[in-house]
Amino acid sequence: MVATSHDVMPDIELYQPTDEANALALANTLGADGWLVGGGQDTYGWLKDRNKSPAAMIELTQIDAWKGIKEIDDGIEIGAVTTLTEIANNPLVQSRYSLLAMAASKVASPQIRNVGTLGGNLNQDARCWYYRRGLDCYRAGGNICYADSPEGLNREHALFGASRCVAVSPSDTAPALVALDAIMVVSSQGGQRLIRAQDYFVGPDRDIIHMTVLNPGEILTAVRIPGSWANAEFYFEKVADRNVWDFALVNIAAAFKVSGGVIQDARLACGAVECTPRRLEAVENAIRGQQRSEELAGRAGEMATNGARPLNYNHFKVPLMQNLVKRAIRG
Amino acid sequence: MAYMHIGKDFVPPDVTGKVTGRIKYAEDYTREGMVYARLLTSPIPHARVIDIDASAALAMEGVFGILTADDVYPDGEPQSTGLKILTNEPTLVGEPILAVAAIDEKTAETAIAAISVTFERLPFVIDPLDSLAEGGPNAYNGGNTFAFREGFIEEKWTTDQVASFRAGNEPTAAAPTELAYGDLDAAFGESAYVYENTFTTAGYPHMSMEPRSAMAYWEDGKLYLHATSQSLTAFADGIAGIIGVAKEDLVFINAATGGGFGQRARAGSVPSAAIPAKLSQKINRPVMMRVTREEEFTIGGARQGFQGWIKLGFRQNGTMAAADLWIVSDNGGKGGGGDAFSATNAISIVYQADAVRLRGVSIGSNTAHRGAQRGPGENQIAAIVSPILDKAADELGIDRLEIRKINTPQNGDEGGVPQRTPFTSAYMPEALEQTAQLFDWAGRQPRRRQRNGSKVTGFGIGQGYHNAGRSGMDGIVMMGPDGRLKIHNGVGNLGTYSYASTSRAAAEALKMPWDSCDIITGRTDLHLPITSPQDGSNSIFTNTRTCWGAAQDMLTKMKEIAASDLGGAPAEYDISNERVHQIANQSVGYTYAQVARRAMELGGKYTGEAELPEDLAEWTQISVSRLAGSGFMGVYHDPAHSGNPPGFTVTACEIELDTETGKFEIIDVVTVAECGTVMHPQGLKNQMVGGVVWGIGLSALERHLYDPQNGLPASTGYWQSKVPTYLDTPARIVSGWVDLPDPENPVGARGIGEPSMGAVSAALNAAISDALGGHIFNATPVTTDMIINHIAGISEDWVPLAQNNFRG
Repeated sequence: MVATSHDVMPDIELYQPTDEANALALANTLGADGWLVGGGQDTYGWLKDRNKSPAAMIELTQIDAWKGIKEIDDGIEIGAVTTLTEIANNPLVQSRYSLLAMAASKVASPQIRNVGTLGGNLNQDARCWYYRRGLDCYRAGGNICYADSPEGLNREHALFGASRCVAVSPSDTAPALVALDAIMVVSSQGGQRLIRAQDYFVGPDRDIIHMTVLNPGEILTAVRIPGSWANAEFYFEKVADRNVWDFALVNIAAAFKVSGGVIQDARLACGAVECTPRRLEAVENAIRGQQRSEELAGRAGEMATNGARPLNYNHFKVPLMQNLVKRAIRG
Repeated sequence: MAYMHIGKDFVPPDVTGKVTGRIKYAEDYTREGMVYARLLTSPIPHARVIDIDASAALAMEGVFGILTADDVYPDGEPQSTGLKILTNEPTLVGEPILAVAAIDEKTAETAIAAISVTFERLPFVIDPLDSLAEGGPNAYNGGNTFAFREGFIEEKWTTDQVASFRAGNEPTAAAPTELAYGDLDAAFGESAYVYENTFTTAGYPHMSMEPRSAMAYWEDGKLYLHATSQSLTAFADGIAGIIGVAKEDLVFINAATGGGFGQRARAGSVPSAAIPAKLSQKINRPVMMRVTREEEFTIGGARQGFQGWIKLGFRQNGTMAAADLWIVSDNGGKGGGGDAFSATNAISIVYQADAVRLRGVSIGSNTAHRGAQRGPGENQIAAIVSPILDKAADELGIDRLEIRKINTPQNGDEGGVPQRTPFTSAYMPEALEQTAQLFDWAGRQPRRRQRNGSKVTGFGIGQGYHNAGRSGMDGIVMMGPDGRLKIHNGVGNLGTYSYASTSRAAAEALKMPWDSCDIITGRTDLHLPITSPQDGSNSIFTNTRTCWGAAQDMLTKMKEIAASDLGGAPAEYDISNERVHQIANQSVGYTYAQVARRAMELGGKYTGEAELPEDLAEWTQISVSRLAGSGFMGVYHDPAHSGNPPGFTVTACEIELDTETGKFEIIDVVTVAECGTVMHPQGLKNQMVGGVVWGIGLSALERHLYDPQNGLPASTGYWQSKVPTYLDTPARIVSGWVDLPDPENPVGARGIGEPSMGAVSAALNAAISDALGGHIFNATPVTTDMIINHIAGISEDWVPLAQNNFRG
């Protein structure tokens, strides 16, 4: 029998640690049975529908050390449970890394951004409605993909990197952090590891159940943005059906270093086209050292979708992605 | 005409409660000993329940009982279309199978998880055209459509006929329904421009903020039911029959409703309200059933989708000569509405075509229940026709506003299919002109299709229509010894404030200061008259007639009493300043308080104990009998009116469409109502603004998404059901109104609720087409991906006439 919604919270243990050590200890003890909660916006639907049934929730928002935005030797560090509203409005982020401020301000709706956290936005699960409905798809441990089938509904699904699962990365901040070459700070009782943003997200070819490299017991505690891309020229655009309270059909985040109209360096990433934020390295290489122009932008746009494999209903993402790349480079 | 109340803004009495949050909706009530019900709904689109084993659930602590279809239909379920209270024969995912009552919702949900239901899976279908194809699955047990007096029957086309229709051709099958007037062949023969194509309009769910929650308990043989509805007495009248309680034993309490949207007007669309009533009766405890947002999508209903073919012919002078339509209407899993008829009717009325034909069939799919949703039929077709009208105008060299003026309905005209009914009045020419002036249609034209970088400017103008008035209902007003006017109003409070606006007609008739009036409403044990269900934009027209009539009856009685007591003939008396007095000598008379006291002394017809109007509805008779003798009564049965009182709207908009993203921004929108005399300007403005928001949804966003592989709906929340948000709507919406009186209404008023949306959809779809050089999508909604695909030259052939799986 297929799953049906219950829409009522089940009994579940709730832990609300107030310091790092307790949180890491709980994460270590509970392992895969401990569900990490930031603002809860991607959590409660899963639990109320009883499509995920962890033994316990570990709520992280009471840990002050993992909140806020501060300067560090090389750039800034943002605590993982800092709200998206705070990031969008933070003067430091706005002045040096406005790309992230723009991306954070486009997430969902003001109400959700007020409670939603950066960590939650980065670690949220795949937004395929079949998967969210609780069907026994590959990502849910089954052996079928309902979206990538002759009759599957896949307007919002992947152009690239499909491997059994065709769900996409739904995050708006993730491509911005890839474009900014951010570093993810991942903590556990065993210590800390630093992971480049572009390596933090994983596709279904590597792990069909998880969307990040986080292991049980590990917590994303902060994001560091290096000074190398501070005050670059930035471009962020999100195209969604609705202008607010929606997930991207395609989004783009781009950072450029431009001198005399010549692109000295660039980093571009698109969301909602692959299970991970898709960094466009071929495009970066092609435009590096080139004079910005409409012609260059057009060529880069076409190059960006090389290798795209549209499904039944998402062919439109190809020209849309091309156009967003074009707009980013055009500036 | 100078009115005291009509056309003046006022603060309806529920506004404070809504602003402060103190007003109570069904879910806000509680009762000592109340327990909670949760539903087990069908996880399968089409099935038969073979067995229910609830023994483990019923053994749980805190579980009080279970209600199944066998309890509510002891003689067997109705074998017809229509929503059921509970069912053993589900025809859509989410249909309620049983309810469990427990000490709290979590316990009830845990109990439900312990219930084992054995289903027999039956073939299901999502696309009505798949069901029409020979050998295709049927949505219902016994067929794919329902015929009056025949029951469920099968309607089938050959595979080639379905394929040909999907390929864009006129259907060749015989139509079970055919309505027509005029000589189509001759009219098309006279046409200089003929447009012909297939089209689709997506069905999509209702989006009322308040779900269909209900609470019920029984006391002293009476059922007290708190529920949601957009009518009050009309709904109560119907739900009494569904529950099986005598009308006089039902107290229906519904002070406020969080959105009607069309399918809460009649009890048949909210039979789920009977679940807590029946469960409460069974376990002898008050039962609260809170309906979740997701359940609202399946217990509630949706607009009918169309898969159609349209052919329109225009003469050289721009007049619409002929309109020919073939429409397959999606009836969903529980039957549907008459949208195709309403759509065709609207074409006849709005464009005054000389020959019109509808051929159609309604086919079931295992999707949400279908029925009325704001402008059911009229609004979908307005959005389809408007771009075609523009195409004809361009082809014939006529301005797009002008072609609408050429075809406009006006006073003295008639319209409808097959019977053409005269309008009670029609001021569409004035509405078109007012819109053109407010929008500066002519002044903007030089910027038509102008490019600014990747953006293109498009203009659209559209018209909306809905029949906007009924008659035959009842009115009651009362006055006690304090001289205050108590207006008993059975109109529901669904957010339009029509319960208050219509009451103003009674105050007007008695020249009563508004602060000396009380509106008696919100619960039926306050003894309210019957009203028409509040669908079809009728409330203002229908219930100003009854409120005015009841007040006139009281006025007549006042004059009779004064003349009898103080001398002279009743005709020699008038009213002013809450007094009835001689015209010749105003010092001779009674205050309203005095005349009310005299009425109570006299009794009989003055207090509702004798000489009641004939033909009062049973519901009103019960109310009058309970009020009789308690005060001075005015009571009225409204006779039938003649003609079609129309609600007309015109909208013009300017958009900027970005050819690189497929997104558009609405730069300006002007929307004008033609609804007779305006009763309540602020209320009307609210309606017009709401119509704009909803119209944007129909044109560009809202759709149904069902998986053809397993029949599951994706539209179970606001993620995949895309209602417009603040940032999808223009910051400024300009509204206006014609404000000319209708002769069939005592204060000149007609309704406007539904057409306020249709004109917006028509204008917006026309503007999108305009910005794209005249490309006609022949579909609603026109979504971002469709615009991108069109601009990129990507074929959409893989989704011909898709509707419930609207472009994936």
